[in-house]
Amino acid sequence: MTGPQPVEKLEVVSGARAETAPLIKAGDSHISDGFFHLAVLSCGVCVLALVGVIVYELITKSSLSWHAFGWKFFFRSEWDPVNEQFGAWPFVYGTLVSSLLALVLAVPLAVGVAVFITEMCPRRLKGVLAFTTELLAAIPSVIYGLWAIFVMVPLLREYVEPLLARYLGWTGLFEGTPYGIGMLAAGIILAIMVVPIVSSITREVMTAVPQQQREAVLALGATRWEMIRTGVLRNARAGILGGVILGLGRALGETMAVTMVIGNRPEIARSLFAPGYTMASVIANEFSEATSDTYLSALVEVGLALFLVTIVVNILAQLLVWSVTRGMPARSHA
Amino acid sequence: MPNPPAQTGQFAIAPISLRRRGMNGFVTLAAGAAVVLVLLPLGAIFAYLIYKGVGAINWAFLTQTPKPVGEAGGGMANAIAGSGYILAIASTMGVPIGIGAGIYLAEYGRNRFGDLIRFTADVLNGVPSIVVGIVAYGIVVLGQGHFSALAGGVALAIMMIPTITRTTEEMLLLVPNAVKEAAYGLGVSRWRTTLSITLRTATSGVITGVMLAFARVAGETAPLLFTAFGNQYWNWKMNQPTAALSLQIFTYAISPFDEWHRQAWAGALILIVLIVASVSAVRIAASRGMLKGAN
Repeated sequence: MTGPQPVEKLEVVSGARAETAPLIKAGDSHISDGFFHLAVLSCGVCVLALVGVIVYELITKSSLSWHAFGWKFFFRSEWDPVNEQFGAWPFVYGTLVSSLLALVLAVPLAVGVAVFITEMCPRRLKGVLAFTTELLAAIPSVIYGLWAIFVMVPLLREYVEPLLARYLGWTGLFEGTPYGIGMLAAGIILAIMVVPIVSSITREVMTAVPQQQREAVLALGATRWEMIRTGVLRNARAGILGGVILGLGRALGETMAVTMVIGNRPEIARSLFAPGYTMASVIANEFSEATSDTYLSALVEVGLALFLVTIVVNILAQLLVWSVTRGMPARSHA
Repeated sequence: MPNPPAQTGQFAIAPISLRRRGMNGFVTLAAGAAVVLVLLPLGAIFAYLIYKGVGAINWAFLTQTPKPVGEAGGGMANAIAGSGYILAIASTMGVPIGIGAGIYLAEYGRNRFGDLIRFTADVLNGVPSIVVGIVAYGIVVLGQGHFSALAGGVALAIMMIPTITRTTEEMLLLVPNAVKEAAYGLGVSRWRTTLSITLRTATSGVITGVMLAFARVAGETAPLLFTAFGNQYWNWKMNQPTAALSLQIFTYAISPFDEWHRQAWAGALILIVLIVASVSAVRIAASRGMLKGAN
């Protein structure tokens, strides 16, 4: 903030945008103002420091395992706390497979919901539907897990999995005993949890597409679907991809619901009926029981990897969403 | 409805072919079906919570601590109170820091350093909750020597801060400059203007942000697993393990006992009622207009 504004600034200020600096300066209570500045600055620095502390904690606490196993840590499948041999590959594999499965199931649904809400549904229904899908995002993970254990898993075991095994068993993805609990259950519950995020971002970027685009395509004689496809989805695709990646970030770090239905066994199987394990689940299950330093350090290293991957994924997603909504008023999706 | 070729001057507009109309109808149906498919689990979850939960909630559930395995009865009173306790600790730390950082960004943050803080807040927002748990374990639990309510509070506070910071900044920037200039014109100092004029005007918006953050962490389980840890008994000490509703639901859900399953449903119903109530309150506040003084 500079001193008294020169006269040229007057015109800018009369344009009255929120960002422009106030025209008139405050009275000179320098000491209290300085103190106030310092106080809020320290709060801001706190945010910076928190991320610093997170990185520092993760790196120092995982160094033992890092020095013992190096890069091989992520590619070894051995997880043997008794003999202090640790390899995270089964967890990395489980995290990737369950998250990708979730995206495959969730993305078409989420885009469908967004298309319906922004382009098709009557105005009166719009608010209600938007609110209800957002409600899905407000349900705690542990409640999804509870519902999945007692309602979804029995359904999968009795009806869905036998059906999949009979008709799609030849793919090798749906083999073996249908326990209900396993990779498929984890993927489905993750999909349910990811849909609201992906669809809310998709809705936002679709709303950012200028109305003239739609009118222009309609004026050329397009049907509504052709208008949506060429006029809206094509323009919003980078942002939609951003939403999908944001959903991926959420799925990768999701802990409780997955832990409750994935089976928690560090195995790698081709069949989606088989139990698995994810990076977040292994931390949740074993962290408070880790007896040796190396064991604890290995778990922290899994956490560090999870942290780094989700950060990269989230930044990428932010950039993609910005590329579409740039210039639009900011909105938070908490 | 048949669509005959219309004559407009010398141009003939071809009718939309059956294939294109069919495609349009198909996609409309598919999008509608997607909505139904997404709302189905939502409906199912609420239906089951009410169906299973209402029967299991009784006076004992709300007033007693858990009974040992095998004994019927008992409740989650200590867990409900413990959740409130941990959330109170988290809010005491998270809300002032979050609002303070939001004020900094809105008032002094139009520069590189402000952008850095904004970026860091977004990064913090994306950190998986289980990782936050590890860090709170490292800082507080290892420091104190045992699991504690304080550690759980710190973990949840870390998760609240970024949401509060960003919404506070957004809401403060919505306050028109004319309002601030009026205060400056009366000779009011800058900090006074910020606190009693800008923040005052944006109060309901800031509260919305705080409630959003609160609702987000209220049901969190992963960061409490090895911080608050859970407890079968009452505890009001900051440095002792404390029960939490979400932890108790988790423990009971994965247990092999029917009685505990019943109580897990009841606990989940109470948790969701608390969260939905706060989210709906936010929704209503937001729809009434966040800023009373704005043009």
